Amino acid sequence: MSTRNEDVTRLVKQDYAAGFYTDIEQDRAPPGLNEDIIALISAKKNEPQWLLDARLAAFAQFQRMSEPDWAHLHYPPIDLQSISYYAAPKRKEDGPKSLDEVDPKLLETYEKLGIPLHEQKMLAGVAVDAVFDSVSVATTFKGKLAEAGVIFCSFSEAVREHPELVRKYLGSVVPAGDNYFAALNAAVFSDGSFVYIPKNTRCPMELSTYFRINAMNTGQFERTLIVADEGSTVSYLEGCTAPMRDENQLHAAVVELVALRDANIKYSTVQNWYPGDEQGRGGIYNFVTKRGDCRGANAKISWTQVETGSAITWKYPSCILRGENSVGEFYSVALTNNYQQADTGTKMVHIGRNTRSTIVSKGISARQAQNAYRGLVRILPGAEGARNYTQCDSLLLGDRCGAHTFPYIEVRNPSAKVEHEASTSRISEDQLFYLRSRGIPQEDAVNMIVNGFCKDVFKELPMEFAVEANKLLAVSLEGAVG
Amino acid sequence: MLSINNLHASVAGKEILRGLNLEVKPGEVHAIMGPNGSGKSTLANVIAGRDGYEVTAGEVIFNGKPLLELAPEERAGEGIFLAFQYPVEIPGVNNVYMLKAALNGIRKYRGESELDAVKFLNLVKQKTRLVELKESLLNRPVNEGFSGGEKKRNEIFQMAVLEPKLAVLDETDSGLDIDALRIVANGVNQLRDGERSFVVVTHYQRLLDYIVPDVVHVLAGGRIVKSGPKELALELEQRGYDWVVGQAA
Repeated sequence: MSTRNEDVTRLVKQDYAAGFYTDIEQDRAPPGLNEDIIALISAKKNEPQWLLDARLAAFAQFQRMSEPDWAHLHYPPIDLQSISYYAAPKRKEDGPKSLDEVDPKLLETYEKLGIPLHEQKMLAGVAVDAVFDSVSVATTFKGKLAEAGVIFCSFSEAVREHPELVRKYLGSVVPAGDNYFAALNAAVFSDGSFVYIPKNTRCPMELSTYFRINAMNTGQFERTLIVADEGSTVSYLEGCTAPMRDENQLHAAVVELVALRDANIKYSTVQNWYPGDEQGRGGIYNFVTKRGDCRGANAKISWTQVETGSAITWKYPSCILRGENSVGEFYSVALTNNYQQADTGTKMVHIGRNTRSTIVSKGISARQAQNAYRGLVRILPGAEGARNYTQCDSLLLGDRCGAHTFPYIEVRNPSAKVEHEASTSRISEDQLFYLRSRGIPQEDAVNMIVNGFCKDVFKELPMEFAVEANKLLAVSLEGAVG
Repeated sequence: MLSINNLHASVAGKEILRGLNLEVKPGEVHAIMGPNGSGKSTLANVIAGRDGYEVTAGEVIFNGKPLLELAPEERAGEGIFLAFQYPVEIPGVNNVYMLKAALNGIRKYRGESELDAVKFLNLVKQKTRLVELKESLLNRPVNEGFSGGEKKRNEIFQMAVLEPKLAVLDETDSGLDIDALRIVANGVNQLRDGERSFVVVTHYQRLLDYIVPDVVHVLAGGRIVKSGPKELALELEQRGYDWVVGQAA
């Protein structure tokens, strides 16, 4: 049967529904990266001296580091001096006390994105922290969470209200000197979310942070810290969008998760940063460090990510499996279209006895996009009986895209079991024709095949978001086959 | 219902069909037989609209409409169904979910409203009995891990749910044991209602013991070289194709 690849690669314009810009008065730092800017950010937030000192120490480390070049990514050097490191919507001195005081324009922005911040309109059972450029603008359902003893607030607020917790855990999973982008973040991070779940508490609702980059020439450097105390459980979701712009914008976030004994953290991401246009102009450079530490026995950390946005994605959500019997999971769908590039995967570091990890990675590339899976499974000598299962599948749409797999496995305990399965397939004309001959229109048929390919990952997402992820994939692939 | 006139079709520049004519009336069952490489599967695929087949001359009219201008999904909407020789596996896509999308795609094409879940499931239940399809296969990914016989039964099951006006069976008997063959044929026979037409492409007369055709055609060298009543199939079984092809040459 002859296949016609030109058919598969014919593309129409894709639609990025979140690409609008909100015209709002900005409080903005001048472009540039130096100690004065860092001091300015710290001062804007009335931070304690210890935090400023930590920022400056991180900056000193950062200046001795160089940008990593090992990833399968190609992009011009990023001029860190041309970026503004702080942008915030102008507001009253102390910030809004309640949602009623939040600028209506901001509320409107989130409404448009389908994230209404009015609690009565919200998805039942999901609390949201909304981060707009460099600051958190609103956190919903705080009262209800407080009844359960759960702390869910912006990072700045956590520094003010819960300094002992922040000081104890900040940088304890991703130290400032961990890598180039993590060091940059530690120096200039502006806001983000903080979560603390007390002992033996099941968080009564899904927690969610919604990140929005709005301002031009601005980087977003948020910091998220989630601490699940002994025996607690939490499910957390992160979503991201940005306006369509011709220039590239930098997003360098750090997420730290700490799961103590018997604690369970489920962290899901639906990342839809602006991916750039069909010619590869614009889009977010997404350089993110995410790591979870299973510090106690029987702790579990599960990462689920659906990555459809960004011009460049560089991201490896990882698990340090320290506690005995602790469990790490990584479920990922990374879709790249047009000129998008993704180098993403995970690290599972087995330290404790009988630690287990599962990796399921699904990469989809369309048009000229490049998609790389990079994973490390490291079994240390003390990890008696450790187990890992890795499944890594790539799906290609068209014949100009690429899928690359870089699995690293280091085993230093002979009792460990490590399994790795990988496959690469092309969306086949036979499958498409089969579905179409049954009466299913072409685009629906493509979406059906792609969603089928991603099923193992989507089933790990919280219900409401699995539906969203399905739709997002359909939009991101619109016209990818034609 | 189906009218094929002087059809010429090529695959990768090689002409396979060379002036094929075929006329199928409502309710008729036509068997297409012929040696390997004569163009039987090409004919089935051209009717259903698979990519990669270039029609260089001729026309295919289906219920008064020129079929060749339509996309495969539109042809399904018009009432054409192809039972595949090699049914395709689609990992992660639930069999029934796919079928519901297909049925609703067809209904939408016809300007009908979507079938609700309850009505659809009742329909599915009823049709599974027709081909003795295990219910456990319904919620498995399409054809994935199905045995050869299960795949073919699944094709007939889909046909039963989609209720086409014209069904083209492309070597549905290949790879079936005798019991599976009987079940599949039985399913087809139950769908014969005096209105629905069938084009049954097969290598062997055996299938035609179960699905009794109104007309048997011999396809050779890209053309129909002989047509006759069902007894022709028996004669072919005994004497092979050479005498027919020789006659035609």
